[in-house]
Amino acid sequence: MSGPSDYQPSNPALQWIERRLPIFGLMHSSFVAYPTPRNLNYWWTFGAILSFMLGMQILTGVILAMHYTPNADLAFKSVELIVRDVNYGWLLRNMHAVGASMFFVAVYVHMFRGLYYGSYKEPREVLWILGVIIYLLMMATGFMGYVLPWGQMSFWGATVITNLFSAVPYVGESIVTLLWGGYSVGNPTLNRFFSLHYLLPFVIAGVVVLHVWALHVAGQNNPDGVEPKTEKDTVPFTPHATIKDMFGVTCFMLLYAWFIFYMPNYLGDADNYIPANPGVTPPHIVPEWYYLPFYAILRSIPNKLAGVIAMFGAIIILCFLPWLDSARTRSSKYRPLAKQFFWIFVVVCILLGYLGAQPPEGIYVVAGRVLTVCYFAYFLIVLPLLARIEKPRPVPNSISDAVLAKTGSRSTPMVSTAIVLALAGSLFVGSIDSAKASEGSDTPPGNKWSFSGPFGKYDRGALQRGLKVYKEVCASCHGLSYIAFRNLAEAGGPGYSVAQAAAFASDYKIKDGPNDAGDMFERPGRPADYFPSPFPNEQAARAANGGAAPPDLSLITKARSYKRGFPWFIFDFFTQYQEQGPDYVAAVLQGFEDKVPEGVTIPEGSYYNRYFPGHAIKMPKPLSDGQVTYDDGSPTTVAQYAKDVTTFLMWTAEPHMEARKSLGFQVFVFLIIFAGLMYFTKKKVWADSH
Amino acid sequence: MNPDASTIAAGAPIEVDLSPIAEGQDIKVFWRGKPIYISHRTKKQIDEARAVNVASLPDPQTDEARVKSGHEQWLVVIGICTHLGCIPIAHEGNYDGFFCPCHGSQYDSSGRIRQGPAPLNLPVPPYQFVSDTKIQIG
Ligand code: FES
Repeated sequence: MSGPSDYQPSNPALQWIERRLPIFGLMHSSFVAYPTPRNLNYWWTFGAILSFMLGMQILTGVILAMHYTPNADLAFKSVELIVRDVNYGWLLRNMHAVGASMFFVAVYVHMFRGLYYGSYKEPREVLWILGVIIYLLMMATGFMGYVLPWGQMSFWGATVITNLFSAVPYVGESIVTLLWGGYSVGNPTLNRFFSLHYLLPFVIAGVVVLHVWALHVAGQNNPDGVEPKTEKDTVPFTPHATIKDMFGVTCFMLLYAWFIFYMPNYLGDADNYIPANPGVTPPHIVPEWYYLPFYAILRSIPNKLAGVIAMFGAIIILCFLPWLDSARTRSSKYRPLAKQFFWIFVVVCILLGYLGAQPPEGIYVVAGRVLTVCYFAYFLIVLPLLARIEKPRPVPNSISDAVLAKTGSRSTPMVSTAIVLALAGSLFVGSIDSAKASEGSDTPPGNKWSFSGPFGKYDRGALQRGLKVYKEVCASCHGLSYIAFRNLAEAGGPGYSVAQAAAFASDYKIKDGPNDAGDMFERPGRPADYFPSPFPNEQAARAANGGAAPPDLSLITKARSYKRGFPWFIFDFFTQYQEQGPDYVAAVLQGFEDKVPEGVTIPEGSYYNRYFPGHAIKMPKPLSDGQVTYDDGSPTTVAQYAKDVTTFLMWTAEPHMEARKSLGFQVFVFLIIFAGLMYFTKKKVWADSH
Repeated sequence: MNPDASTIAAGAPIEVDLSPIAEGQDIKVFWRGKPIYISHRTKKQIDEARAVNVASLPDPQTDEARVKSGHEQWLVVIGICTHLGCIPIAHEGNYDGFFCPCHGSQYDSSGRIRQGPAPLNLPVPPYQFVSDTKIQIG
């Protein structure tokens, strides 16, 4: 469609270049004059959204790489330092981490769009296959990116996924050693993953160019699935599609910003705030949400090799889609049966995703098997069969006919989405209780936190009191190693002056050296020093505490969580509930009971705690009434101590939360106004085209 | 991209003193970045491991073939689940052996797979006894 352009720039300098390299003509014919079907709906804006996301990921990624250290001993810390100390580092990191999820949200919509409207059919097979390749590259990139922060989930996710290759007969083990660059996941693995994670996005960008090229040769598909025939069927790309895409991207950015500014950890896993430990496997290994359906397929097959084959097969099968579905009618709009099966397939994928996050036991395993069969049946049985037996409705003659015929009959994707969600919801309501009960601890009660919600702020008094509780009680066993004394005087913190923070620091003895004589020495703390840890190393901490090392508390409120379960995790998205961690920490501090209930045995040297998973905690009851004196008249009760110290620990985990939320509000105001402007401009531009 | 020289050198054999491990206890040492479980098995555990019908196992192997004769009480296995590489927990599961928390594989007191998705027994690393209370792994 985009033939050689007769575009000539008017500026002589540009003309000079154009004669030697016709790049402006290429741009003009691809993105300005390019005829785009006039009946495209908003599902078609996801191409632009994906390009935007790719650009975003590369931009934020390049800057993050300037501050990141790919070394097994330093990676976790360097990520924390990015978030805490780099200017707007928290924003960059959130944008990049959330961006990966948003990228996958957009790609899934884009793929389902292609599936629904038959965009993979002749002559767009190559276009579709290139898309599947991009998707595979995205999965590899996303997986390696998730490894880089080197938390527990990073490490164990890497272990589980690389071990998939050990299922290959004969050469499996050597492939895995080659991937690791060692005998297990370790520093060499991290280094090569970093290198590849930096490389692959540019490979993706290259394939995207091919994808767009193939698109411009075959032309865009459209909701009616008939090729444009005359001038009347198309509109020029600019301004029509450009402005519509801009509006689509802006709306998508609203969702993106919702996560970045208000719930950056919603899509992540609390375990990834615990540094990688090769000696301990977390109880539940869960990949990022976008791999969950495939993970469910992997686990539902009891044989290792077959499971791995099924998992990869579930993706590879997409490449053969153009030949599996040989129906002549493209769009499911005119295929009554295909349309229904499509929505069933969507539900199957969502349910598989849900199962992928559940423990592999009982009912979940059975459901996983059934759904795996459904997944493959859709491609291998339903689609080929439908192509033979279905009687499609008549397709309009041309796009302009379709546009004219469309009076009040708005297509129903929104309605169907709602139906699907409701269905998925009702199916799983029954399984909540069983999921909850299996955790082996009580659900922590919710608290009212001053820092929750979109305008949440830390309560300065609570921060100062919490610091006092930490210093007088917790600090004898728990470190706070990511917090420097200078942080106490920073905006959004406990509100001390610089002088107060310096005075606070000088109470501490800090080990320094070596001096000129080569000796280590102690000196009073300075604002730049970090809180000293109570034990010189983990082994010492372990030995002094009956075998369980007291965890560092800098990140504890983000590293601990409890299972919200269905349907709460859906409500949480709207209510911005992010306080599982603080609720859990506050509950454990108050959950000690002398009387052990019937049926629970607590081993020697452990204590009973209602909210601790498994109930047996090594930490003795740390707080009792009146233990710490408060100068501001607040009650000196365990409940108050727990609340204050938890607030303080929330601040140590998220020192920039106030900045994040207030910037978020400004961004939202801007985006909403901008989206409105885009919408009305779009209306104006399209006024005579509908 | 195979392991470099220093990684290989760091993977040289190590010696482990067994005398502090009481009967019924086990320790975890790291060799080549892999956890190795050394368990001092009780009489009961040994008998259980020897009583099973070998042919009925998913990966048939006798207990005798997995320990050194004369040192039957010592089980030395690489603590990496043969399914997808998690670290099984010792003294858990229904077989007096190991239980993998990731996808629920269970191993018996000889480290053989008994139940779950893992295809193979926990591998026995190369090792020998240098004295009655000391082994060399590697
Ligand atoms: S890794 Fe042990 S059961 Fe899957």
